[in-house]
Amino acid sequence: MSAQALTDAAIDRSALFEFLLRLGDNALILGHRVSEWCGHSPALEEDIALSNTALDLIGQTQLWLGLAGEVEGKGRTADNIAFLRDGHAFRNLLLVERPNGDFGKTLMRQFLFDAWHYLLLKGLKGSPDPRIAEIAEKTLKEVSYHLDRSRDLVIRLGDGTAESHRRMQQALDELWPYTGEMFMADDADMIVASAGLAPEPSSLKAGWDEIISEALDEATLKKPADGFMHKGGKRGVHTEHLGYILADLQFLQRAYPGATW
Amino acid sequence: MEARLHPSTQEVWQWLSEVPDPEIPVISLTDLGIIRDVEWNDDTLVVTVTPTYSGCPATTIINLDIEAALAERGVEKVTLKRQLSPAWTTDWISAEGRRKLKEYGIAPPIDGTAVDGVLMKRIDRLAGASNLVIECPRCGSTKTEKISQFGSTPCKASYRCTECLEPFDYFKCI
Repeated sequence: MSAQALTDAAIDRSALFEFLLRLGDNALILGHRVSEWCGHSPALEEDIALSNTALDLIGQTQLWLGLAGEVEGKGRTADNIAFLRDGHAFRNLLLVERPNGDFGKTLMRQFLFDAWHYLLLKGLKGSPDPRIAEIAEKTLKEVSYHLDRSRDLVIRLGDGTAESHRRMQQALDELWPYTGEMFMADDADMIVASAGLAPEPSSLKAGWDEIISEALDEATLKKPADGFMHKGGKRGVHTEHLGYILADLQFLQRAYPGATW
Repeated sequence: MEARLHPSTQEVWQWLSEVPDPEIPVISLTDLGIIRDVEWNDDTLVVTVTPTYSGCPATTIINLDIEAALAERGVEKVTLKRQLSPAWTTDWISAEGRRKLKEYGIAPPIDGTAVDGVLMKRIDRLAGASNLVIECPRCGSTKTEKISQFGSTPCKASYRCTECLEPFDYFKCI
């Protein structure tokens, strides 16, 4: 029996499908959000960097949603899944659908996400499912660059002028209650984790705290206390912002079904 | 129709070494190290290609260019196979490719320093994570500084030489 067949036999496919949707949707929604900066960034280099990050994330979306479609086995392609689902079928974290705000807030959201994304992909690189492992191996390299950059800018803007410091602290305080969802597990997470295919979400928390705390110290920013945490994105309960993203993202395929480039 | 003998895989490799990268046309697809395998499966030529970056827009063009180059040489049935693992690394760029990049004004990646060798070490605060010294492709000075980890294409970073003051692209390690 091939490794792939072993995986398929050993796990509830709907849990695996759910897990892959979450990976793909996080990359898709954040990629779309970041792409909104194209042509609007404060400096040319930053415009290029944001566009490159968005491009990486959209590329990663194709890999994860493509695999999700394969696991689902109903013939859906990555494009079908991205363009023809309604909001309640999206499984991204609420964090990635937060509006961009100013440049600092966009970078803070990116840093909070990148540190988690990096640790998750590092865990998935060792997944016994070769299809998951190879996508993780590929995308981890790209995400290392994302983390390197967002970490650097959070430090420079936090430890910058009084105004940039103020904005970064405000962004951090506002986004912090959306970070808890990354480490909360539901049935699908636990099925995938207990099959050994992915790390348990809570196991990433200590490493994440370490990366975040160290950078925030250097940025002279105050880490908020873990209080109330928003949740719902992973099971399809979203904020009002997702609808606006989808209106933009899906318009073309909804208005002109099957249109190709 | 008279049955034609297949061109040898060695011949196909030679042809592919003449197909330029669509974004950096001074180097070829084989210089870039993205062609992983060429083999005949019956009367179909299977070319295994690995993507550089997940979202690199050149990927589609590269596939079209491979098909066109082979069709031109009379290979009618071509299947392109995507291979993700082992993930593409700049360590696979040939010595010839590196020389051509430098001549073109793009600082080539430093061999053996792919991202998980340096960048991940820096993120994980491990030994061996020092910053690389990038040489200016124009004047050869090592007094250069990074402007941005991201450049004009996904695979490049933006640098500046503090000696001759020219900005330049660096093919970053991944």
